[in-house]
Amino acid sequence: MIALLQDIASWILLTAGGAFVLIGGIGALRMPNLYTRMHAASVTDTMGAFLVIAGIMVQAGLSLATIKLIAILLFLLITSPTSSYALASAALLSGIRPDAGQAADRPAQPPPDKGSAA
Amino acid sequence: MTVLFGIFLLTLLVITAVAIVRTRNLVVAVMLLGIFSLLLAINFFLLDAADVALTEAAVGAGISTVLFLGALALTSEFEHRRESARRRALSLLVVASAALVIVYATFDKPRFGDPDAPVLSYLGPWYLEETPEYVDIPNVVTAVLGSFRGYDTLGEVFVVFTAGIGVLFLLSARQQGTGVGRRKVDLRDEVLLVVVGRLLVPFILLFGLYVQFHGEYGPGGGFQAGALVAAGFILYSLIEGEKRALSALPLRALTVLTVGGTLLYGGVGVAGMLMGSNFLAYSVLTGDPVTGQKLGIILIEAGVGMTVCGVLLTIYHAFARREPAQ
Repeated sequence: MIALLQDIASWILLTAGGAFVLIGGIGALRMPNLYTRMHAASVTDTMGAFLVIAGIMVQAGLSLATIKLIAILLFLLITSPTSSYALASAALLSGIRPDAGQAADRPAQPPPDKGSAA
Repeated sequence: MTVLFGIFLLTLLVITAVAIVRTRNLVVAVMLLGIFSLLLAINFFLLDAADVALTEAAVGAGISTVLFLGALALTSEFEHRRESARRRALSLLVVASAALVIVYATFDKPRFGDPDAPVLSYLGPWYLEETPEYVDIPNVVTAVLGSFRGYDTLGEVFVVFTAGIGVLFLLSARQQGTGVGRRKVDLRDEVLLVVVGRLLVPFILLFGLYVQFHGEYGPGGGFQAGALVAAGFILYSLIEGEKRALSALPLRALTVLTVGGTLLYGGVGVAGMLMGSNFLAYSVLTGDPVTGQKLGIILIEAGVGMTVCGVLLTIYHAFARREPAQ
């Protein structure tokens, strides 16, 4: 009985996580410029990864594997926002403006002064 | 299901390879190479080769990417197209004939999963059955790598060692800069990256040590651990600057690590000879043969880890300390 409930719960979590990854992937392909694409991809990083790992944790039960998964989850929760920040910051410094109307990733005007955006 | 997933991953691998060849932007090519290595690592994992997968992920996707980016920082981001049509035809001919030879060679290999393959008929089962008796460690891969085929691993360590020496010879020919103030954007100004980096470095080093000393029980060992520890120090050097990284772990210490690791491995082999057996025979190291095997494996894994870590960090610093060519 418990095993069945565990299976159902973990499959719900895994399917939901997969759906978030899929949505993030479609968004990363369809969004018009770099910042909006990053916004879409962050769905994969956060909810997608979180739900998939939670699903595996339910499947693993109370064991050493769950502790390791918690460690991986913590690592992801710290590193993926940081890498998104680094990517966006690097894009801004290289002159890609986050203007809503601009569809292309090329700098519309000369790059801004180094340091002013930091 | 696993076969389907494998085919999917291999298809992605081919697509990534084509994209790497076709792109003119070298930074994009480096990122794609990282993706290629990760896909390869997942493939290895699907084939139950967790140790190889860990190595591929740590070295291929992690360290090589950093080393490539370090090399790119010294040159241009874009590939120059200089070759003529005739030379392109010649390269195509060479690549095509090499590929044909490799494809032809695969016909001699047993089919995937063939139960009559030599590996499955006597070699693999022998290792699986005899490892508990001779070496008595749970991870058979480490037993094979460190003890049964210790000569091969010694050769690999010498390859890494030689590669390190070669890169040092190539890159030391010119005046070394201090590397200070050459970046347009200093990472030390990015508070968030510095804080998170400082937070992560100790855990990366700790995980590296775990992988080093857990190699007898699970996936891991000297190669993976060396790459992980090197990654931790590279991260430290990226956020704190070359100067502080070199004062934490100076080049002299890296040389000691590189040479010491190789010497340790060779020394364990010679110790086996001095104690009355063959080169790299660990059984005579202590009174009990099984304990001797364990001791030998721990020592040579430590040697491998030291050499890999030392070489990777030396190569990284050799790139990072140079002024870019103008």
